[in-house]
Amino acid sequence: MIAAIIIGLTRFLVGGTGLWLGCSPSARQRIYFANHSSHLDTIILWAAMPPDLRRRVRPVAAADYWGKGRLQRYIALKVLNAVLVERKGGSANPLVPLQDSLRAGDSLIIFPEGTRGLERLPDSFKGGLYHLAHEFPEVELVPVFLDNLRRAFPKGSLVPVPISCIARFGAPMALAEGETRPQFLERARAAVEALA
Amino acid sequence: MIDLPAIEPMMLWLYAGVLGLLVVASLTGFILARRVTTDSGHETVRNLNSRIKAWWVMVLVFALAFVVGKGLTLVLFALVSFYCLREFLSLTPTHPRDHAAIAAAFYVFIPLQYWLLWIDWPAMLTILIPVYAFLLLPVLSVLWGVTDDFLARTAKIQWGLMLAVFCVSHAPALLLLDLGPHKPIYLLLFLITVVQLSDVLQYTVGKLFGRTRIAPHVSPSKTVEGFVGGGLLAVLVGTGLWWITPFSPLAAAAMAAAIVLAGFFGGLVLSAVKRSLGAKDWGAMIEGHGGALDRMDSVTFAAPLFYHLVNYFFAR
Repeated sequence: MIAAIIIGLTRFLVGGTGLWLGCSPSARQRIYFANHSSHLDTIILWAAMPPDLRRRVRPVAAADYWGKGRLQRYIALKVLNAVLVERKGGSANPLVPLQDSLRAGDSLIIFPEGTRGLERLPDSFKGGLYHLAHEFPEVELVPVFLDNLRRAFPKGSLVPVPISCIARFGAPMALAEGETRPQFLERARAAVEALA
Repeated sequence: MIDLPAIEPMMLWLYAGVLGLLVVASLTGFILARRVTTDSGHETVRNLNSRIKAWWVMVLVFALAFVVGKGLTLVLFALVSFYCLREFLSLTPTHPRDHAAIAAAFYVFIPLQYWLLWIDWPAMLTILIPVYAFLLLPVLSVLWGVTDDFLARTAKIQWGLMLAVFCVSHAPALLLLDLGPHKPIYLLLFLITVVQLSDVLQYTVGKLFGRTRIAPHVSPSKTVEGFVGGGLLAVLVGTGLWWITPFSPLAAAAMAAAIVLAGFFGGLVLSAVKRSLGAKDWGAMIEGHGGALDRMDSVTFAAPLFYHLVNYFFAR
């Protein structure tokens, strides 16, 4: 019910069509990684999935935003089935909840820039994606470019405005033999940028 | 004084005629879609069929608006404005720092413009966007301190608002006019019928007999033959509809000609705008569910002109 309202509202305001250019929607275990410019990113990517895949494709969301208010927390945990992570201050390895959920067979949606940017093209990626790619080589890594979200709901704004947004899904990639961390992260970033 | 109830059975005939025309059009489109083999033929038939589909929606909307009244008509046109503005601003490269101005355009000026129609305040209706939005939107943008392309950014948002909200709202604004015994909703029907028929007849005649392109760089499908032939046919239909309006047959022909001309230039100008933004269709951005501006481009130019002509010559 709440999921239907959120999806209806999202479609009415920002559209949010998913364009599967490099692969098709699949129940295969995957990590979708995308550029990050808006709180709507999580919802758009999740809404672009076919309904039957949504429960198993879990967005990774920052606990300091999505875990804060009661409404955000409810949406994050009950509707989006999100994996909440601590971005700062935690002494424990922040990747642990992600590893747990991958081991349980779920797919993930992550934003490797770590924070929302104002520019159209993604900033450099943080190392988490590399560690996950290294530890779970059988999981497909799918680059996604989210277009127009920085205009529809930019950082620092209160309400989204009706500007049509699109999620473009690229071809799956994997960590190459002998590839170093910076090489891999730059290749992943370029893969997202190539869809812009 | 004309006895209005006496015309009402004729309205039924009008509606029967429109429905009959739509059924014939849909069948023709359906058969054409199976017959054509060439790529350009497919493209043409797809274009025709998407128009026919849009007409079904328009006719159903009109039927509903007739029954339910002004409130529903306003809500529907407000939605049309919303979708047109969304399309326009999605294709226009605005800056993230224009967010406040865009939010005001959508959440303040669309409801306000249609609320003015609801409370019947035509004087404010004609200045809200050209004056107050014109002054307020740049103020909302300037507070963020980003001066790159400031004039161009502000102008684009104002243009979107003028076309999608100000101009489009002049179609339902016809409902505010006092035409004595004549119901203004028939004028809305007259406007939309002439504009849409003019569009499709120009397109069809152009495809059949078009040789001389009017503006090859702007809109390759517009030809002199199509414009003259399709335009004259649309004027003919408009003249034939004089009995649903307060116009004499001659005045109906002149009004239809004004609508055809304004609609033609509207299509041409919006085509140029679209191309300057690097797109072929307004709906291209929103695969599957777009193109509201492709259907409304001629209306945006024809509606304000028609409204003021009727207001000047026929309203009390």
